[in-house]
Amino acid sequence: MDNLMVACCSKCNHSLSNPCKDYILCRTEGPICHDSKECKEKRETFIGKVDLAEDKPHRRVLICAGTGCISSGSKDVHSEMLAAVENAGIEDCEVTITGCHGFCEQGPIVIIEPEGIFYGGVSADDVEEIVEKQLKDGEIVERLLFTEPNSGEKDKYYRDIMFYKKQERTVLKNCGHINPEKIEEYIIAGGYRGLLRTLCDFKALEVIEQVKTSGLRGRGGAGFPTGLKWQFTAQAEGDQKYVVCNADEGDPGAFMDRSVLEGNPHAVIEGMLIAGYAVGASEGYVYVRAEYPLAIKRLQKAITQAEQFGILGDNILDSGFSFRLKIKAGAGAFVCGEETALLNSIEGERGMPRVRPPFPANKGLWQKPTLLNNVETYANVPIIMEKGGEWYASRGTEKSKGTKVFALTGKVNNTGLAEVPMGISMREIIFDIGGGINNGKKFKAVQIGGPSGGCLPEDKLDLPVDYDSLISAGAMMGSGGLVVMDETTCMVDLARFFLTFTQNESCGKCTPCREGTKRMLEILTRITEGEGQEGDIETLERMAKSVKNTSLCGLGQTAPNPILSTLRYFRDEYEAHIKKKWCPAGVCTALTTFKIDPEKCTGCRRCAKNCPVEAIKGEVKGIHEIDPEICTKCGTCMEKCKFEAVYKG
Amino acid sequence: MSEVTITIDGQEVTVPAGTTVLQAARMAGIEIPTLCHDPELTSPGACRLCVVEIEGMRNLPASCVTTAGDGMVVNTISPDVMDARKTVIELLLANHPEDCLTCERTGQCRLQEYAYHYGVRGDVFHGDRTEFPIDDSNPFIVRDLNKCIRCGKCVRVCDEVQGRSIYSFAYRGFDSIPATAMDESLAESECVFCGSCVSVCPTGALTEKMMHGVGRSWELEKIKTTCPYCGVGCNFDLNVKDGKVVGVTSNAESEVNGRALCVKGRFGYNFIDHPDRLTKPLIKKDGEFQEATWEEAINLVAEKFTQIKQEHGGDALALFSSARCTNEENYLANKFCRAVLGTNNIDHCARL
Repeated sequence: MDNLMVACCSKCNHSLSNPCKDYILCRTEGPICHDSKECKEKRETFIGKVDLAEDKPHRRVLICAGTGCISSGSKDVHSEMLAAVENAGIEDCEVTITGCHGFCEQGPIVIIEPEGIFYGGVSADDVEEIVEKQLKDGEIVERLLFTEPNSGEKDKYYRDIMFYKKQERTVLKNCGHINPEKIEEYIIAGGYRGLLRTLCDFKALEVIEQVKTSGLRGRGGAGFPTGLKWQFTAQAEGDQKYVVCNADEGDPGAFMDRSVLEGNPHAVIEGMLIAGYAVGASEGYVYVRAEYPLAIKRLQKAITQAEQFGILGDNILDSGFSFRLKIKAGAGAFVCGEETALLNSIEGERGMPRVRPPFPANKGLWQKPTLLNNVETYANVPIIMEKGGEWYASRGTEKSKGTKVFALTGKVNNTGLAEVPMGISMREIIFDIGGGINNGKKFKAVQIGGPSGGCLPEDKLDLPVDYDSLISAGAMMGSGGLVVMDETTCMVDLARFFLTFTQNESCGKCTPCREGTKRMLEILTRITEGEGQEGDIETLERMAKSVKNTSLCGLGQTAPNPILSTLRYFRDEYEAHIKKKWCPAGVCTALTTFKIDPEKCTGCRRCAKNCPVEAIKGEVKGIHEIDPEICTKCGTCMEKCKFEAVYKG
Repeated sequence: MSEVTITIDGQEVTVPAGTTVLQAARMAGIEIPTLCHDPELTSPGACRLCVVEIEGMRNLPASCVTTAGDGMVVNTISPDVMDARKTVIELLLANHPEDCLTCERTGQCRLQEYAYHYGVRGDVFHGDRTEFPIDDSNPFIVRDLNKCIRCGKCVRVCDEVQGRSIYSFAYRGFDSIPATAMDESLAESECVFCGSCVSVCPTGALTEKMMHGVGRSWELEKIKTTCPYCGVGCNFDLNVKDGKVVGVTSNAESEVNGRALCVKGRFGYNFIDHPDRLTKPLIKKDGEFQEATWEEAINLVAEKFTQIKQEHGGDALALFSSARCTNEENYLANKFCRAVLGTNNIDHCARL
């Protein structure tokens, strides 16, 4: 038995043509249909190599093979590690790849189990030392440990790292801990138990009741109650129904769906299987953006393995339920994350949104009832079915249950994916998990929900993070992007940045989005270039309201949010740009002047020597001055000055 | 069929279930402006000009794609609605040439009409405009995408009515346009120049080339008539100025064809005043055609027919009729051939 998934002996007769209802449970707790010590031992040996016991000599070296770590060189670390472990003759040690840990800035990440030692920034050159010290002698390689940004202390173990301490990893639980390319590891980690319970213990309607009880809401952005959506699809009349997974993750900076698909693809398959059973669908599609080649590869591998062992296909686990899954790669349009545009794209049409109603639940893919949820939503379903809707509903807030994965980025010390219980405060995410603002700067705002979301200022830091609080504060959960900004961020420029994105991604179908985002962007650009006019703010407000109220789809309806929220909380910055022709954050070059503080200037001439346009005049040991007529505002002088004498005025 | 009652601007309207809010409003005599909507085509809900306020609904839904629900309370003239409509028109004008003085569509342009009605001038924004070369690669249709408002009617009429699917939206966002395959000119495309797209275009983006400069819409008298080309019996409007036919346009009231026409019906009218057109019979005398009266010509033909029939029998004659004739004319031809000429040698050309 070289694979846990295959028959232990001739008595096991599970096959695609003769599926066994006990197959999943039998893998880890079997044999069920016969009694055999030998067969049980085979299983235990196999499981023991994956689920390591502290008192056994088995070690696992887990090398992150998520997109982030691969791009920083984890493939070399992996091959080097395989060779080094073999050369060193270390037995009872398995070197394996895993999905993403979410702490990509520390990549490539290597974990030694069962201790849970966390090494970051590992290169192929470090491998020998890890093998020699850690694996041979059990001695920790101090220099590769993670250093806490605030205390400066080194953490030996994964569990001690502040970035992970406040997290409640449910959807991401397996990411970074199992090999996503091996279905057996998912099953050893408890996978497919939700499906099993669904097929054995629940009728379709009861599944929907469980999901409704759980209070799960769509993790893709709008937060629609998942159970209700399932109910609508189940109730819709149609001979053929579809289950579709939206994996067209497009928000800049958000990569939780990619991480789930790369690190725990079977959770999505399991969630979709349960959904298919609940709504009466026999076919499913996963719409993954083509920019995620690794996610597509891993998911395809997972589908193939699930098919191979009868978890996808006909008469799954002898339940009478059949389900097939296909992948459709997107073609790079952000708007295809909008559900109806996504359906058009699967059908081979141009990715443009359809009018709703009819909603996909009634007329979706090829006009058939279709259930559409996003990756993270489906990945939450197995645990709901395994542990029950009530268990799930016990976490989170009254109206937002469970956990949410955020992609924390920007001017914080720790960036990455953080899965936190709903209701946690923004302050905890940014200052505890994120380790606060980097370079000792002051927090200014956080953009939540990507280009469709809004900016929240400091006085909203204690806001509980849940769907409704965010909406009332002028932001939205969105897909969970969190961009932290410090005092050096210009809010007008930020709004311009997001508008550039939405304007580029508008499909062009409806007038307000196609033309309105263009005009709003032109006004914002003008303001940041120092050509703002009286009345611009009012025009922006009027336009934003119209575009929000009249656009056809979610893209246009939410595109003005960055403008509206920055106007709500940082109106004075807009006014400074327009009236005083001054950018308080010193970002907009046209509105920034570089000056030299005579008190601090030592006359070292460093700025003058480095100025590319010779705009700085001054004698040695004399006070220097910048000629604003010549200065191109490149900022080199500020960068080079050792005495912080150059400032933006 | 069940009915629903909705209130529009305080007026109760009872309509069949499934009616859109737009249709219901129009049934009640309440006008809601539209650009992309067309009763004969599917509704994309794209221009957003027909937005209304509906109690209990988020945002401003487009009335052309919102089904009237029992008890619905609709406001088509609230300040928010008016603001939204004005904004849509402002935005469309911001990327539209200020060319009404010479535009062929002036007087029949929906954008112009709404801009006037809502008092919107095209001077709110002074930003980028899309610039396209004018496609007049063919003798029939001038395609000026600078005047296109992306309503998509041309795309839909070609696909849904004509079945040619010449156009599809290409490019994205601000740069999106209804384009032919590979964004080639109409002449290079598979277009058959039926002109259906011209008949539905609400602006001057698609116009009849031969009608350029021949007269303003208000100067043209429209005379509904039947197409002379084939036996289908399509109706259309002859556009007449100073007693001369200067163009053909669709007449939506045409029972047989609605607005649909073929290239010949819509664009093949210049034979009427063509100098090469024969208006009098000619008889060949001494090897040359010479003008004659109808009486002379008919007498000559009758005489020759009789002579041939007497000398060689009826089967020495054959009659070739035309699909351009009506059923009645072809019936007469058949009778004439068999009963008068005495032969079954009759056929016709099914093509024009």
